[in-house]
Amino acid sequence: MDVDDAVLPIQQVMENKLRSKLKIDFVEFIDTSGNCGSSFSVTIVSPDFAKKMTLARHKLVNQILADEIAELHAFSQKTLTPEQWAKEKGKA
Amino acid sequence: MSFARLGLRTLRSLPSAQVSRSTNFLAQRRYLSAEARKLIDNAVSTNPLVVFMKGTPEAPQCGFSRAVCQILDVQGVPREQIKSYNCLEDQELREGIKEYSEWPTIPQVYIKGEFVGGCDILLSMHQSGELENLLIKEGLAPELPPDEPAAETKA
Repeated sequence: MDVDDAVLPIQQVMENKLRSKLKIDFVEFIDTSGNCGSSFSVTIVSPDFAKKMTLARHKLVNQILADEIAELHAFSQKTLTPEQWAKEKGKA
Repeated sequence: MSFARLGLRTLRSLPSAQVSRSTNFLAQRRYLSAEARKLIDNAVSTNPLVVFMKGTPEAPQCGFSRAVCQILDVQGVPREQIKSYNCLEDQELREGIKEYSEWPTIPQVYIKGEFVGGCDILLSMHQSGELENLLIKEGLAPELPPDEPAAETKA
């Protein structure tokens, strides 16, 4: 077991894993647990999501973060391509 | 010394490689027996719309499960069309369903035997209109009457 991994908060571990497996333009974790740290909502923007249906994108993320998600109570994700993200920001 | 503390001490005293191996083993333990898989197979193939959730549509016990039921409600799916399974009442189902779909979270929605998604996906399909099309296509939600012809302009 990597000693560094053990002391990082799970959020950081998940972010590192995503960055190592996907090209990430933007990633944001929001702790939705009210501070107990077992529930996250994450927005991921990656060009790797292009030409993938939502289900496939989520499966990809679920697979990368399988170990961490198993420890969480709730995990909600939003997976966007850079183009979709720009559109979404334009709306807000 | 309490049992838990004793356990912790044992865990700490073991070489870390061994601990990590045994926790990995726990994480990968297969919960889904062939029998349970068959039951799930049967449930999703004999019911056109199945929701594996926490609680029941009448009394959901998790916000995500509640959201899924509300979405189906808004789409006009009659309650009797929804076959729901309460994963909180059945620990084997709770873990087994995750393995069955290779999806780590509950709720899970199946339409005509196909895994559609969890709460996030249902919500985004609801917003895009994709869900409405799918439900109508599968005969699970009533087709809306075509828009009324444009109201006559009042003189």
